[in-house]
Amino acid sequence: MFRFLVRRLIVALLVAATVMTLAFILTRLSGDLAISIAGPNATAADIEAVRKAYGLDRPVLEQFLDWVGRAVTGDLGNSYFFQTRVSTLIAERMPVTLTLGLTGLSLALLISIPMGILAAVRENTNFDRAVQMVALIGQAMPSFWLGLLLMIVFGLSLGWLPISGTGSWEHFVMPGIVLAFSAVPALTRLTRAGMIQAMASDYIRTARAKGLSRASILLKHALRNAAIPVVAIAAVQLGFMLGGSIVIEQVFALHGVGFLAWESIAKNDFPVVQAVVLVLAVIYVALTMVSDLLNAVLDPRLRA
Amino acid sequence: MSALLDVERLEVGFGGRTSAVRGASLTVERGETHCLVGESGCGKSVTALAIMNLLARGGHRTAQRLTFQGDDLLKLDDRGMARLRGNAMAMIFQEPMTSLNPAYTIGSQMTEVMRRHKKVSQRVAIDRAADLLGQVGITAPGLRLGQFPHQLSGGLRQRVMIAMALMCEPQLLIADEPTTALDVTVQAQILRLLAQLQRDLGLGLLLITHDLGIVARIAHRVSVMYAGEVVESAATAQLFADPKHPYTQGLLRCVPVPGKQRQDEPLGSIPGTVPRIGPGFEGCGFRDRCTFADATCAHAVPHQTAAPGHDYLCRLAP
Amino acid sequence: MSTAVAVNAGPRRGWKSAGTWIGAVIVGLALFCAIFAPLIVPHDPFTQDLNRRLLVPFWMEGHNPDFILGTDQLGRDYLSRLIWGCRISMLIGVTVTIVSGVIGITIGVLGGFFGGRIDDAVLFAITTRLSIPVVLVALAVVGLLGTSMTLLVLTLGLLLWDRFAVVARSTSMQVRNLDFVAAAWCAGCSRFRVLSREVLPNIASHLVVVATLEVALAILLEATLSFLGLGVPPPLPSWGLMIAEAKDYMFFSPWVIVIPGVALFVLVLGINLLGDGLRDAFGTRSRT
Repeated sequence: MFRFLVRRLIVALLVAATVMTLAFILTRLSGDLAISIAGPNATAADIEAVRKAYGLDRPVLEQFLDWVGRAVTGDLGNSYFFQTRVSTLIAERMPVTLTLGLTGLSLALLISIPMGILAAVRENTNFDRAVQMVALIGQAMPSFWLGLLLMIVFGLSLGWLPISGTGSWEHFVMPGIVLAFSAVPALTRLTRAGMIQAMASDYIRTARAKGLSRASILLKHALRNAAIPVVAIAAVQLGFMLGGSIVIEQVFALHGVGFLAWESIAKNDFPVVQAVVLVLAVIYVALTMVSDLLNAVLDPRLRA
Repeated sequence: MSALLDVERLEVGFGGRTSAVRGASLTVERGETHCLVGESGCGKSVTALAIMNLLARGGHRTAQRLTFQGDDLLKLDDRGMARLRGNAMAMIFQEPMTSLNPAYTIGSQMTEVMRRHKKVSQRVAIDRAADLLGQVGITAPGLRLGQFPHQLSGGLRQRVMIAMALMCEPQLLIADEPTTALDVTVQAQILRLLAQLQRDLGLGLLLITHDLGIVARIAHRVSVMYAGEVVESAATAQLFADPKHPYTQGLLRCVPVPGKQRQDEPLGSIPGTVPRIGPGFEGCGFRDRCTFADATCAHAVPHQTAAPGHDYLCRLAP
Repeated sequence: MSTAVAVNAGPRRGWKSAGTWIGAVIVGLALFCAIFAPLIVPHDPFTQDLNRRLLVPFWMEGHNPDFILGTDQLGRDYLSRLIWGCRISMLIGVTVTIVSGVIGITIGVLGGFFGGRIDDAVLFAITTRLSIPVVLVALAVVGLLGTSMTLLVLTLGLLLWDRFAVVARSTSMQVRNLDFVAAAWCAGCSRFRVLSREVLPNIASHLVVVATLEVALAILLEATLSFLGLGVPPPLPSWGLMIAEAKDYMFFSPWVIVIPGVALFVLVLGINLLGDGLRDAFGTRSRT
């Protein structure tokens, strides 16, 4: 187990290093950064000044090593537009994105685990088919469109919820629902499949032969085993959700990390863009490790 | 006094397409080891599961009589049945490797059954579990209670299953081929253990097996099952000495008996396989493989008695 | 045993195949629209006419029978733009899938077939790819390099190969260990021959299923990017772009976002239904 974790850690560091390189290359794709930063009306002298000021006159390799060297110590550089440290910017915006992601994930689990269990217990009934239909619909629903529809219905027609912004918890309800919608299909299917497999297993027959109550059989014996992959995947899903929140933050004008990235792309603010890509990738890698750990905690066969 | 378990004309169907059990009857007396034998697919396991009302989804049982300690099991609802299972009647299965829940410790799974039925404290249940693990021949019970199933070998797991089945001092233990999945040496140990526990605790034991060697050694009574029917039932000695049904005779010819078998005599075998039998099938299920079969075998088969307690299902005279 | 399975599958199969047929019809219709869009559009989808802005669709009071689905904020016929948008969606869905398929299948088969160090590298590539936030990186690339269809297809293709790689890797790993592949080795076939003649045909059905689902994913992503203003360049009528352009009017005339959204939803649903149907038909139920 310890060796396994060390191995995972090494892979995680390698992934982070690769993503760093890719993020750097990504921002250098457009050619001369100085021209974009200086803007369309800049003179040759302006561009030269920008190039010097941002250290873009140095060899690319030197720039890269410099960036890596700073990033490792937590210094992600300065934003061209906001004129502040990128790490401060991201730290300011992260709570909104994390709140959104955790709200979305909690909602998704609250919906998909009971739905998956009930669908499995009533396999091949109309209820089961309805649940699978919901999963299919969730899979096909464009999240930005769902967000707009919810805004029209709950924000405008019914007036129940605020349409945009981050003032109160109510602001997170609609975005949370939209984000949850994207994870519900996978989590529901996984729960359903896991429960069906567990309910058909020999140890459930043993539990029945022991005369245990239906609740104990379902929730203690079957769900405990069916939940292992679900919980593990949920951690990874959170990573995808944080990456995907850029769309929802934009729709609902939530000023999180995704919104920051979107603004920065529009403003050619490259240090912010490459930093956000890196941070989200590192969070994802960390979450996959959390997922492995959860697996080991929940499945005694993986402990040792 | 009524028999411990009395099953008469038990029928089990799956979705109306196959009849797994077609009117099987058997009784298990208190303190008796009753062996149910027959080849794979003859309905032995399904019979046991039907008695416990543990049939897989889609399975449906009916019977003329199904009583346990004089109580009608057919009238019990799911809750009532659950109160008996693991309590007065317990069952162990063929697959020790997968029959224990991988997510919980041995101790947790053993105490759970007692705490449900006997309403005792965890302390009492733990002591009982440790005591029983000792009785089924597991050393260091205290250590084992804290372990997970995957840390135990197949033989140990089957011992745990047996101990777990005994937690609530059942009257009846149904063992569905408990040794099939184990190594040969372990098989013998588990059987010896079952026979000994049966004697010591005065259990009614319904042992399902296809191994006639086992039957000869530990059974008081044998029922032979073929294609969903009990075709012959007798005390062990009686059955081995004087088998009446052609299928039983065939089965016994397949078993080498040291000393009784002449060197040059070939070991018998029964040609063909168990037929697929759907609803509405009439007559003897064995007739396609039987050397004595004639036209009458396609119709109702008489139920005959060769001697007191020795019944069989065939047109042939005793 | 086989009968028990058949009993279980009985009622389900009918329902499932209905879904598959619905999916096939939707996809067929979309393909027809995509291919013949220039011939079937009732109006030019690019002609603006500010005198007939935001005409309402047929189910509402005061609609113009010439414009069944009404017009957008610049007076362009909504039905024509919808049909043209279908062409763009399908074009992007299919081309992105071809690009990502070529990359993913190559990587996956290499890893699954050769194993060892190569497989380690492939797994690493997949892990790295999964850790990269797709929407963000696609936005950044398009934002930096400017919007164009070719760039969009290449970017998405370079980002969406993970599922192909995962499935190609695991299935070719299974096939590698089968007897007929061993027989081909023994018969002295070259690596390339074993790969192309024995392995690929045997994992093809799995890959077709992935490809179907991947088309749906690419279409959704293109719509998302276009909605965020960094996908298909205007004035091309991508459905995502139509929703973005109509967003300012949605509180007064909700149908402007409902129509393209429903089209997008139905098309993606149809492709997924078809994909699920194919998966069942091929008997290739996988965990993803």
